[in-house]
Amino acid sequence: MIPLRARSIAFNDAAIATGGRIMRLSTNLERPAPLRRSEGFVIVDAENIAPGFAWYISCAGEALKGAALDAPSVELPAEFGYLGDGDVISVEPKSGTVRVLFRRVSAYNHFLLTERCNNNCLMCSQPPRAVQDGWIVDEILEALPLIDRSAREIGFTGGEPTLLGERFIELVRATESYLPNTSLHVLSNGRNFANDRLAASVAAVRHHDLMLGIPLYSDLAHLHDYVVQADGAFDETVRGILNLKRHGVRIEIRAVLQRPTTERLPQLARFIARNLLFADHVALMGLEVTGFAKANLNRIWIDPVDYGSELRAAVKILMQAGIKTSIYNSQLCVLPEDLRPYARRSISDWKQEYLPACDGCSVRAKCAGFFATSGMKHSRAITPIFSEAA
Amino acid sequence: MSRFREAEHFDSSGDGPYTMLPWRFTNLRDDQYVVTNMAGEYLSLPREKLESFATGKLAADEATYAELKARHFLIDDDTNVAIDLLALKTRTKLAPLADFTGLHIFVATLRCEHSCPYCQVSRANDNRTEFDMSEATATKSLDLVFQSPSPAIKIEFQGGEPLLNFSLIKFVVGEAKKRNEAARRDLAFVIATNLAVLTDEHLEFAREHDILISTSLDGPADLHNRNRPRPGRDSHQRAIDGIKRARSALGFHHVGALMTTTAASLARAKDIIDEYVHMDFGGIFLRPLSPYGFAIKTKFYQSYDQRRWLDFYFEGLDYIIDLNLGGLDFIEHYAAMVLKKMLTPSQTSYVDLMSPAGIGIGALVYNYNGTVYVSDESRMLAEMGDETFALGNVHDHGFAELMLSEKLLEPLEKSFAASVPGCSWCAFEPYCGSDPVFHHATQGDFVGKKPLSAFCTRNMAVFRGLIERMEADEKVRAIFERWANLI
Repeated sequence: MIPLRARSIAFNDAAIATGGRIMRLSTNLERPAPLRRSEGFVIVDAENIAPGFAWYISCAGEALKGAALDAPSVELPAEFGYLGDGDVISVEPKSGTVRVLFRRVSAYNHFLLTERCNNNCLMCSQPPRAVQDGWIVDEILEALPLIDRSAREIGFTGGEPTLLGERFIELVRATESYLPNTSLHVLSNGRNFANDRLAASVAAVRHHDLMLGIPLYSDLAHLHDYVVQADGAFDETVRGILNLKRHGVRIEIRAVLQRPTTERLPQLARFIARNLLFADHVALMGLEVTGFAKANLNRIWIDPVDYGSELRAAVKILMQAGIKTSIYNSQLCVLPEDLRPYARRSISDWKQEYLPACDGCSVRAKCAGFFATSGMKHSRAITPIFSEAA
Repeated sequence: MSRFREAEHFDSSGDGPYTMLPWRFTNLRDDQYVVTNMAGEYLSLPREKLESFATGKLAADEATYAELKARHFLIDDDTNVAIDLLALKTRTKLAPLADFTGLHIFVATLRCEHSCPYCQVSRANDNRTEFDMSEATATKSLDLVFQSPSPAIKIEFQGGEPLLNFSLIKFVVGEAKKRNEAARRDLAFVIATNLAVLTDEHLEFAREHDILISTSLDGPADLHNRNRPRPGRDSHQRAIDGIKRARSALGFHHVGALMTTTAASLARAKDIIDEYVHMDFGGIFLRPLSPYGFAIKTKFYQSYDQRRWLDFYFEGLDYIIDLNLGGLDFIEHYAAMVLKKMLTPSQTSYVDLMSPAGIGIGALVYNYNGTVYVSDESRMLAEMGDETFALGNVHDHGFAELMLSEKLLEPLEKSFAASVPGCSWCAFEPYCGSDPVFHHATQGDFVGKKPLSAFCTRNMAVFRGLIERMEADEKVRAIFERWANLI
């Protein structure tokens, strides 16, 4: 989901009279009439506007005319120009907002289920807010049936999705019902699954391709608790992982690489290999310097080049134990050469960027690059690679 | 108040006394000790730290405290999820018991054209067929095989030289595959053969049915031929030729070799290993000699004590470590199986390192005449006149009768090392197995007195030797970790 709330949005009178809705968009002039009645038409060319659509969306900067004048319509600023066939948006004329919920051309769309969280992680890139945001669930439940059923993967994130309790299960069930070919990846801190009933309920959905990404930051309870700023979180998270796995839910263990925990990275890997060998994937993730991470930079920042040897030891332990392992958000030039095959292009296209120093680098196309959100904070070791080695 | 609190705030480790979880210790050398937890995770500690931990005085801010805590030796005010994890690891270790009996050994014939003095069971190879398994016996045996709950079933043909009764092998393979169309097990076949009588017909059949070949290679030609006499004194040459032919026909990884250690082997560790390296094997299993059958009659077993075998073993192990340090990936299988228990949460299915013992539930032996034994060793014991571990006969007894027989249940019950005197307090119990057949044969008791047990002496020395080596050298630890995860 693109969390843009555009400022200069102009709804026409018909739009204000008809109220908000969630709809799928089309650019197809031949769209069958029964579908037009519930969809929005994206105006690409003011001379070709198909009649009969429920809504009209213009990013062309041209004045609306014809069918678009009488029907509910909205003019959007040029930054929405990417909107296309099969995308799903929510329009709210009363508050003057338009939100893009699903982009069909994007390989991975995620839905933020709530901003509330029971952790308060030092490096959180999406700082939690204690708000009543139950409406989000309603919106997603309405959007899911509209999503292209050939979508490869969608994600649920937060906040902490499991704080929704039964409604979280309802959402997982809805993705299984409406997207029977789509993978579902859920980011959760796992703590609520220490309650075996919730773990059993998720498993009972029997989702065809569900993975829970759960963070574990240290083999020592108090270090993990410090990172997530919650006493007792380690024990709950580990119990949650055990419960989920006992019910057959697939688990990805995620560790964000930061100063309080990089020293014990090999011990964490050993702990996982010894106790959680059943993990389906381990992701070792570079920092995204935004949100709390920015505020806590002096607590958590360590130049990735300074934890290279611990990272190498950890990857070796995990690989040897037969656990599928990936390194996310790390630039190839910063990694020890033998770790480069484990690096993934993990940063979503819309927030990925490269530095001027990357010009001419021969492996740039394979590199995760940088979070646009991270500003100028990066390793001192950034330097172009002039070989095909990676 | 700041939205974030510092690390100390979350560490309540030292707020109250810690609670020890079950742990054991033993001396390694001098002032250095090994401590192990319930699941076999270990740490090497100096005596001073050991005492401090054991008397409840270890401070939470000491490095040793964190290492013990991360390995589930203790819980404290900070965390107690270690109990859940230990329970999980214990369950994981014992869960495979429900899927009992994966290995089924068919003694196709006792006839053999070799006359190895250490062999426990073979008969001269004349044309008499009284020592051959009949199709009727094989059919009854297969009835039992497919009643095992094990999802993976391996049928191994042994002898004598099983290829001398090749028609029986063909019958069993055909019949087993037919039954497996309904039974849907992960079915595999092995022929244990000296390769001396190997024909192209045998190889073609093995290729067609994905049958693995396991052969004997005792070392270089002079040693091998001395250990394994046959007419023409060409056992070694035939084995080497056979290995090459079998690799070409079946695929490189479908051919394995095992060595038997004799008194003559003891001075030749390096030569034996070199022979395996030369033949391009990825490893070797430096085996102790078993005390059964002809091995005892011919005084081979008494001819050297465990100390001499251990010297041989460690000379071989150190040589193999050197080969690995030099860049050759080569594995010693006994060490690898022990290391798997030390360094991973997984167990080995090697019968001698299982607790409860693998007798009957790890393997069953169907003798040529239909007698069912609980292990290969127990049929050798029977050849010496001791039928203690003969459960019955395929023609007279059903699966439940055999598997619930007191002859199996009593020794099994006494083979849980964790509840056996001498083992229950041993720091190495999580790594060890239990061998009621061996202890019955040598001491007349399923449990045996451990200080008198060659099995105990040998394993204790191997466990210490492995830990000492990886504690002393990070490079050796890296090799051992690779082995532990490889098998």
